[in-house]
Amino acid sequence: MNRTWALYKKEVRSYFVSPLFYVVAAVFLSLCGFFFYSDLNFFLQFGFGMDIIGNFFQLLFADMSRAMLITVPLLTMRLFAEERKLGTIELLFTYPLREREVYAGKFCAAATVFLVMLGATLLYPIHLYTVQPYAFTVVAAGYCGLLLLGLMFIGVGLFVSSLTDSQVVAGVGSVGLLFLLWSASWNEASGSDRVMGVVKAFSTFEHFSNFSKGLIDSTDVLYFVFVVVFFTNLTLRSLESRRWRGRR
Amino acid sequence: MIEVRNLRKQFGSTVAVNDVSFRVQTGEIIGLLGPNGSGKTTIMRILTGFFPPTAGTAWVGGLSVEADSIAVRRLIGYLPESVVLYPDIPVARYLRFCGEVKDLTGNKLRERIEAVIEAVGLGEVRHREIGKLSKGYRQRVGLAQALIAEPALLILDEPTVGLDPSQVIEIRNLIRNLRGQSTILLSTHILHEVSLACDRVIIIHRGDIIAEDTAEGLNRRVQGVFQTLVRVDGPLPEVVGALRSLPGVDEVIEDAVPSDAATRLRIVSREGEPVRKAIARAIVDRGWSLIEVSPIQLTLEDLFVRLVRQQPSGH
Repeated sequence: MNRTWALYKKEVRSYFVSPLFYVVAAVFLSLCGFFFYSDLNFFLQFGFGMDIIGNFFQLLFADMSRAMLITVPLLTMRLFAEERKLGTIELLFTYPLREREVYAGKFCAAATVFLVMLGATLLYPIHLYTVQPYAFTVVAAGYCGLLLLGLMFIGVGLFVSSLTDSQVVAGVGSVGLLFLLWSASWNEASGSDRVMGVVKAFSTFEHFSNFSKGLIDSTDVLYFVFVVVFFTNLTLRSLESRRWRGRR
Repeated sequence: MIEVRNLRKQFGSTVAVNDVSFRVQTGEIIGLLGPNGSGKTTIMRILTGFFPPTAGTAWVGGLSVEADSIAVRRLIGYLPESVVLYPDIPVARYLRFCGEVKDLTGNKLRERIEAVIEAVGLGEVRHREIGKLSKGYRQRVGLAQALIAEPALLILDEPTVGLDPSQVIEIRNLIRNLRGQSTILLSTHILHEVSLACDRVIIIHRGDIIAEDTAEGLNRRVQGVFQTLVRVDGPLPEVVGALRSLPGVDEVIEDAVPSDAATRLRIVSREGEPVRKAIARAIVDRGWSLIEVSPIQLTLEDLFVRLVRQQPSGH
C-alpha cells in the first residue's frame, strides 16, 4: 500500500508539473463551457418551460462525454509509454513493486487528475441551480455516469499505453478503441437483430445514455465495472509480457 | 550471496544466455566481463527479477529469484545500463520516491536520502530536476537510487559507460568505497576496469562463461607465466647476470625506454610474488638502488582475445 502510495504521489506530481495536463484541462473545460452555453441557449430558445433534464442536461452530458473521449486518452497516453521510451520501466520492475501495485498507482493518479477536471465543471450546474433550482439528484446521476465513463476511458487508455513506447500511438490508439466501443451500436442496420443485440450490450453509448437521463441502472454500472476490470487484466498481462518477450 | 545454476534465457530462437553457473560470496566485488551482446545484461535482469530465466535457477541471499522475486528485489540495488531517470523530478524528491517504494519511512528515509546524497556527492544539485543534470551527475543519481535502501547486493550494469575520463574515475572510486558495505556485481566491456575494481572476474562470451578467476589468475591461465618490470640504478650487464641466476626466473629481457635513464628489465617467471621478492633482495644485496619492481599485467584486451580463441569452435 505504501509503495502504491509512493508511486501515486510521483504520478500526480508529474501531471501537475507538466504543461500537458494544463493544456488538456484547458481544452476540456473550454469545450464543456462552450457546450454548457450553447446547450443552455438551445434550451432557452426552443425548450423553455419543458423538461430541463431531457432538453438540456441530457444534451450537455452527451456533449461532455464527447469532450472526454478526446481528452482523457491524452491524460493516460504517457503513463506506460513514456516509462518504456525512457527505459525507467526497467528500474520500476526491479523495485519491490508488483505489477498490480504499479498499475494501481498509475490508475489512481489518472483518476485523480480526471476528477479534478470533472469537478471543475460542477461550477456550471451549481451556478444554474442558484439561478433556477432543479432536481439535483438527476444531475448527480449524470455525473455518476461521467465518472464511470472516465474511469473506463482511463482503464482502456492505460492498456493501450502499456502496448507501445510511443505516446502518440498510445493516444491515437486509445481514442480509436474508445470511439469504436462508443459507437459500435450507432448503425442499427449494420448487422442482424441478434448480432446488434450483442453489439448493443457492449456498446458504451447504450450504457451511458441512461445516466444522462438521470437513471442509475445496476446493469449499466456493472458494464463499466466489467470493462475496467477487463482492461485492467489485459494491462497486467501486457506488463507481464516482458517476462517472455524479453524487452521492456 | 549469489548462486546461479545452469541459467538459460532464450528470446524466441535467440539464445541470450546459454548455460551459466557461478557463485558470489558475500562481500566480494565481481566483474562480469564480455563484449556487448554477450549476455551480461540478461543475467543481471534475471537476478533483479525483471524477467525469469528460461531454464536453470538463481538465488540471491538464499532466496529464489523466481519464487521470492519481491523479497529478492528488496535485497538488491540496481543500476541499469545507461540509466535514464524521470527527467522532470528533482534529485532529492526522486530519491525519496525510490526509498518509499523500497519501504523506507520517516526518519530512516530522511537519513538514507541524506546519506546517499552525501556518499555520491549530489549535495549541490539536490533540488535540480534530473533532466537538467550532466551525464555524470545523472549516473550518480542512478547510483544513489541503487544505494538508497542499503542493499546487500549491488548490481551495476556498465556503470561507467558514456562518461568522460574524470567522471569514470569518480564513479570507480565510489564503487571502491562501497567495498565492505555490499556485495557488488558489475558488468563492463572495458577490460581494464575489472582489474581496477574487482576481486574476481567472470568472462562471458555469447551466453557462456569462458573463464572465471582473479585478474592475475586469468593472466597466468592464458600465459602460464608472470611478468615483472624492474627498474634499477645499476650496470646493465651485471644486473641482467644477477637476475638471470635467480631461481624461478626464466627470462630477463631488456626493456629500455628513451625517457627512462634507469636500467629497465622485463622478467618472465613461473611464479609471481616469491620471484619478485628474490629480485628485490638480490638487487639491494649487491648495493644497487632499486627503483621499481612491479607486476606487468597482460592487457585484458589480449587476454580476452586469447580466451575466446581457446574456446572450442561452435561457441
